[in-house]
Amino acid sequence: MSNSGLEFPAPVGGSHVAAVHDPFHGDLLEVSMGPHHPSTHGVFRMMVTLDGETIVKLKPVFGYLHRNHEKLGENTSYLASMPYTDRLDYLNSMTNNWAYALAVEKLAGQPVPERAEYLRVILAELTRLLNHVCLAGFLLQDTGASGTPLMYAFREREKILDLFESLSGSRMMCNYQRFGGCRVDASPEWLAGAKHITDNFGRFLDEYEELITGNEILMARTQGVGALSPELAISAGITGPMLRATGVDYDLRKVDAYGVYSRFNFRVPLGDHGDTYDRYMIRVLEMRESITILQQALRDLPAGPIMDPKAKIRGFRPKAGEAYGRIEGPKGEIGFYLISDGSPNPYRYRVRPPSFVNLTVLEDMCLGQTIADAVIILGSVDIVLGEVDR
Amino acid sequence: MNAMPGIFAAATGADSLLERWPILFRDTVAGFFPAPLQWLVGSLISILAIVAIFGGVFAALTLLERKMLGRVQNRPGPNRTGPFGLLQPIADGIKMLTKEDIVPRSADHLLHFLAPVALLAFSILTFAVIPFGRNLVPLELDAAVLYFFAAGAATELAIFMAGWASRNKFSLLAAMRALAQLISYELPLLLSFVPIIMLAGTLSMTGIIDQQAGWNFGFIPKWYIFTPWGFAAFAIFLVAALAESNRSPFDLPEAESELIAGHLTEYSGFKYALFFMAEYFGMIALSGMAITLFLGGWRAPLPFLEFIPSYLWFGAKLLGLLLLFIWIRGTFPRLRMDQLTRLAWKFLVPLALFNLGTAAFWSLTSGWSGPLQLARWGVAIALVVVPFVLLGRGLSRGVAPRTYRFA
Repeated sequence: MSNSGLEFPAPVGGSHVAAVHDPFHGDLLEVSMGPHHPSTHGVFRMMVTLDGETIVKLKPVFGYLHRNHEKLGENTSYLASMPYTDRLDYLNSMTNNWAYALAVEKLAGQPVPERAEYLRVILAELTRLLNHVCLAGFLLQDTGASGTPLMYAFREREKILDLFESLSGSRMMCNYQRFGGCRVDASPEWLAGAKHITDNFGRFLDEYEELITGNEILMARTQGVGALSPELAISAGITGPMLRATGVDYDLRKVDAYGVYSRFNFRVPLGDHGDTYDRYMIRVLEMRESITILQQALRDLPAGPIMDPKAKIRGFRPKAGEAYGRIEGPKGEIGFYLISDGSPNPYRYRVRPPSFVNLTVLEDMCLGQTIADAVIILGSVDIVLGEVDR
Repeated sequence: MNAMPGIFAAATGADSLLERWPILFRDTVAGFFPAPLQWLVGSLISILAIVAIFGGVFAALTLLERKMLGRVQNRPGPNRTGPFGLLQPIADGIKMLTKEDIVPRSADHLLHFLAPVALLAFSILTFAVIPFGRNLVPLELDAAVLYFFAAGAATELAIFMAGWASRNKFSLLAAMRALAQLISYELPLLLSFVPIIMLAGTLSMTGIIDQQAGWNFGFIPKWYIFTPWGFAAFAIFLVAALAESNRSPFDLPEAESELIAGHLTEYSGFKYALFFMAEYFGMIALSGMAITLFLGGWRAPLPFLEFIPSYLWFGAKLLGLLLLFIWIRGTFPRLRMDQLTRLAWKFLVPLALFNLGTAAFWSLTSGWSGPLQLARWGVAIALVVVPFVLLGRGLSRGVAPRTYRFA
């Protein structure tokens, strides 16, 4: 749609939006949704061209939260980048930490003790619960469900954040993983708390689904809206729940089986339509699978050290080479690509942020839909601008 | 002084002092003025009473809504201003009054100013014909029902004015939505109460309430909601009333997650408060109308409760309906524009038309008794349920819960 003969005359009357004239369709309206808009999930902007309420063109504009993350990574030591990774996707600092630690461990050939691997799985799955429950809440907020699902979701999120705080000292900026293990060990009380939350989460999901999933308005609003074909999803590099909603069976926990994921018994839910409802439901089903992983991990958690005793903390200089570490983050494949030249700082530090890549198909999903749909399609992509803009 | 025992003596019935004091008060005050002015003073007192009482109801309702939404959403709601947050409406009022009133430079200043005023005026006008209690009708019109809906429909015009005059694209989209919504939902709203006019044979509110007097089997009130067609009409009316008063799940003109605040985007301070007030007034007026048409107006629900003054019954029913509105707001997601209009044209309007036939059948068979009475109920219920199911099936075509496969 980029070269459909649309003309953009100079803005009239000092306004930053201008009426667009198309000789075949009459007047089109160009609306700037964002960067200050209630449902763009941060400072994100959609330049939308509307025919009535139907979207004929959508241009995503971002970069308002750019913090030079990758350049900073080249100018700090390997370990000093760890807290910066918290700030990428600030909902999921635990998985960001793990992906970065995994990349560095690959680079340095650093083994990880078993207990630390289990703790990483537990924290990553708790993070998945936290992220998906937030998404479900925000998505329903975008459909206009006036706060109720969001508040229920946040109630559960708070419980997990309390766990993170008691373990790492921080609710959201956990800075927990280290190269070769974890920073602090989980006490038996903490594990009992995690087990309590895990065991009760299923009941919350039942309550939540009873409240909203079968709601006819929700189904009418989301089914068939923003459908994404598996071909386009694969060629655009979409990962995570968004890819699995289109029916492609690709979950790094199964494909790579990094860490100790091969020891757990869990299923990967797949959608058939790739629309917004599928993207929502896949996340709900993934939460149920995460609960079973958590129960297995908490049951099988071995005793032992949480840090490889030979791991170097000070004077950490991996030998020259390159490594790419990736894990299945809640939003998709989060990867870190590192090149070392043997110095204390990486020569090149590159992040593969899942929500940035997933955002690239936004216009394809939104064309022909209405402005009300664009909001929930964006909500179902599940972006965090800290990660998109870096 | 010697009227005091009357309160207790004639505790039941229409002539107790508790029941009549508002009228007595009005007539007594008006009696101090010369005869040619008495009607003017009388109506001024009525107007003052309406504005004062419903202004207070509005304030209480904002708090009630925030409190109840808070409880629905698993949080306490406002609780910092005064005991249990009871002074919150006052704090809100002070905030609204002292805020800067911003008008966009390129807005149409006159219309931008007029829109909230017109909206509030039209909303208050609708109160003129609602019977708030026995004999408590500010304006006794023969065509009161028509007057009510004429004044009510004009409110959408004011919303369009606001959207257009703001010169903001979100406001403009909201204005278009408001007009489409008006055209779609005015029809089911009007059609839903045509059966009542058919059976009551009058357009006067008092007349309609009089028709709902009396009891079936001695304890079930003869309200129209307790008939099959009346219940269907009430449901249609309620849905259409939600849409008319721009309440969730039909709050498309001000859809917060899509259009920021819709037609309210460029309003701040007291003008915003006026919009807010008008929305609540519209909600109260439509609830009052629903009470009058379907819920027996100010009549008591059980014979032995008739000693409670009629205006209190009206208030109780009003509160019940408003709580229902708030509950719905806390529960449902919002519809999309095309779904909104489809719901009106493909579901509510045909259903209301079918309901007209049901009401006609009910009216024709009013003489049936004994076993025929049972047959009358059966046929009428079937006439309501069958179109509902069939039309509903068409409406929700292509929308169903899904099952998912696992790799």
